[in-house]
Amino acid sequence: MPSQELAGTGVTLRDAGPGDAVCGVTPTWVALPETTGEVSAVLRACAEHDLAVVPTGGGTKLHWGPAPERCDVLLDLCCMNEIVEHAAGDLVVRAQAGVTMEALSAALAERGQELALDPPFAEGSTVGGTLAAAVAGPRAFRYGTARDLLIGITVVLPDGTIAKSGGKVVKNVAGYDLGKLFTGSFGTLGVIAEATFRLHPLPVERRWIVAVVDPPRVSPAEPCQAGELAAMLAAAQQEPSAVELDWPHGQGPIWMTVLVEGTAAHERARVLRARMGGVVKDVRDEPPPNWGLILNDDVLAEVRFEPAELTRVLDAVHYSGFSLRGSAVAGRVWLELWGDHGADKTIDAVAALRARLDDIGARLTVLATPYEGVERWGAVGSLPLMRRVKERFDPGRRMSPGRFVGGI
Amino acid sequence: MLDTLIEALRGVLPVEWVITDPVRLRTYECDGLTYHRATPGVVVLPETAEQVARVVGLCNEFAVPFVARGSGTGLSGGALPREDGVLIVTSRMRRILEVDLPNRRAVVEPGVTNLAITEAVRDQGYYYAPDPSSQQICSIGGNVAENSGGAHCLKYGFTVNHIEACEIVTPDGDLVTLDRMDPGYDLLGAFVGSEGTLGIATKITVRLSRAPQAVTTVLAAFESIEQGGKAVSAIIGAGIVPAAIEMMDALAIEAAEAAVACAYPAGAGAVLIVELDGPAVEVERQFERLREICSDAFELRVAADPAERAAIWKGRKSAFAAVGRISPAYIVQDGVVPRTSLPRVLAEIDRLSAAYDIRVANVFHAGDGNLHPLVLFDDAEPGAGERAEAVSGAILDLCIEHGGSITGEHGVGVDKAKYMPKMFSEADLDTMQLVRCAFDPRGLSNPGKVFPTPRLCGEVPGVRKGVHPLVESGRAEQF
Repeated sequence: MPSQELAGTGVTLRDAGPGDAVCGVTPTWVALPETTGEVSAVLRACAEHDLAVVPTGGGTKLHWGPAPERCDVLLDLCCMNEIVEHAAGDLVVRAQAGVTMEALSAALAERGQELALDPPFAEGSTVGGTLAAAVAGPRAFRYGTARDLLIGITVVLPDGTIAKSGGKVVKNVAGYDLGKLFTGSFGTLGVIAEATFRLHPLPVERRWIVAVVDPPRVSPAEPCQAGELAAMLAAAQQEPSAVELDWPHGQGPIWMTVLVEGTAAHERARVLRARMGGVVKDVRDEPPPNWGLILNDDVLAEVRFEPAELTRVLDAVHYSGFSLRGSAVAGRVWLELWGDHGADKTIDAVAALRARLDDIGARLTVLATPYEGVERWGAVGSLPLMRRVKERFDPGRRMSPGRFVGGI
Repeated sequence: MLDTLIEALRGVLPVEWVITDPVRLRTYECDGLTYHRATPGVVVLPETAEQVARVVGLCNEFAVPFVARGSGTGLSGGALPREDGVLIVTSRMRRILEVDLPNRRAVVEPGVTNLAITEAVRDQGYYYAPDPSSQQICSIGGNVAENSGGAHCLKYGFTVNHIEACEIVTPDGDLVTLDRMDPGYDLLGAFVGSEGTLGIATKITVRLSRAPQAVTTVLAAFESIEQGGKAVSAIIGAGIVPAAIEMMDALAIEAAEAAVACAYPAGAGAVLIVELDGPAVEVERQFERLREICSDAFELRVAADPAERAAIWKGRKSAFAAVGRISPAYIVQDGVVPRTSLPRVLAEIDRLSAAYDIRVANVFHAGDGNLHPLVLFDDAEPGAGERAEAVSGAILDLCIEHGGSITGEHGVGVDKAKYMPKMFSEADLDTMQLVRCAFDPRGLSNPGKVFPTPRLCGEVPGVRKGVHPLVESGRAEQF
């Protein structure tokens, strides 16, 4: 009996209820491992009985992606919440996957340091979930995304094998970088158990420059204000850390907020403010409300594009019904669809927008939608190679089956 | 088998680009790590991605291994050829295809040198950030294979952080583009640094960085390496992230002096090169702080202009070659320790040096704990080479003991494959091999590198029948 086998691992187990469903698929059990060894024991037992597993951290993104083809065990990593080692002198931290990003930030801040990732959720998201979904925040423009700050990882494969790559030094090219592969793999290759990151000193000062700019093409003769400012800011030697846009419903004026941080942030912000001109409303030492957050992920898409295409991306989103939030300089924005549009309208809106974005070499990925018929990914050239990777890591298709690109 | 393949290669490439002349073949027998040598079975010099793909396709057809080589400056034997294989040299693929400053990127062929990219955009105020010491000659394709670092990766990261996309020829001979923008697994991240074992990059999109507004380069001379080390800790502790923090000890300074007359302060037990860059006002404030921190230094030089900056860097960048002036032979080692372990590890290297009667010159990226001990010996002296080898190996053991790495930027190649099991468990290595098997099930792409034991990825129909010879001879196991 699988349940006896699972119970035999000694790992805390409970019967699942409707509240544990993953995109409508209710698992039979919820396992709550506390150590990497326990994760391994659960996965071994699942392999034995061909049980499908979906890992989860804070559950903030569990409704993203398609429903799993099957889900017997929800592997809840919330109990793996230990910060294993903070080597402040080395600017390195090792944490279990279930540590929340908030708890990590708080602990690091005590020593004047930070992990320069700002995932777009106010609370609850974990180290493991942040890696698995590879969500980027505003400051990715300066610091890179999760894969750029991850220096070591411990994973558990679907057969229970515990494997690590990287280590606890930033500079390290020994062996393949499994961390890159697992970052953004949405739980389809195995379970992220522990991660080691490089840290940065907390910026001594921060300033946010808040501006309101015109939407694109007020008159066809006029160049796009947002595009021009973004180009100026991206190349500015005052080195802003982030330039965020907020454009509710893709209509009307666009809020643009520039973050300058570090030594002499105040002076640097003043220089940038002068260069931005009359659009600036305010320079403040607190972030504006909802800075860097996703506000609605009922229907959520991500657009990636070459930064200089910003104007054309804005043009495509204009009047599309989507709200746009995200970076004006890093080539990555979120699109949120507010209100209940129904399946057909959503499918059409996504298809129309993707067609326009394809034309400018931009990529639209639908991260979350309640509607099955929505084409989430678009064509991916390296999909055959990705399938081969999946087959090697998870030949039994037990890890979050069907949750990822191409039905992986 | 090779003869038939060579005939076929002449069918897909102009005859003069297929080299079989034994004398010419020998010029490719090693890369920058000259004590591993093998004459390649045949060398090809393709000019296009399609030609690379056709060569790799033929290698598949004939089940012949292949190795890619850029400029051959690698220091771990990653481009060591196979006598039974094809060496694919990218030196004819040297075009910068596109410079796109508004998008801060350039598209280049793999044979383009690292520095050529910066030179193409410098006048417009941009540069390509990763700067390995060999940047004048090393190729970007080789940088991608090795995930090259350089002095400035403390602040700016490695090659992998600056690559937006790669068109690759897979080990099967398919042309595939791996792009950071694509959804799905980060195959690009896995590919960069895979040392040629997952395929060959044929077109590379690099990210260009905006030149900083101000750069301040400081040379601080200390009486002892301990004082220098303390200054490094204090800089990091002060929340400063310099673009680079480099350190050289007395012996390395002596060598640099002999080779390039870098005129570092006389009598220094250690010199520290610290480069601050960024917005002018930030650099100015951080420099003030740095000056306080380096109060123990008996001399502090600040470069007043680019020429003086180049003079400060000259000694450091020439250090590897320079030790040739003070020693008939030497081993360049590359290991990493957590930065806070540096003082202890350096003391232990001193002890090793005394115990084996082998001099060690220390040059290192102090900011990130990346050591480059230069192990000096006289190859004419019986037993000296073995003792140097022992010291070199013991230094790697130290790195592992202190929680570091056996290589920070030179790669594993053939040189360090045997150390991989000391740093990684069998399960770790087997898991990495899953990636290898996904990309290269036949094991034809740069076999024998990175991993200590050749492994096979299961039956591949139509390539070999019966038991694989490696399995039969007990040199490999099937999994």
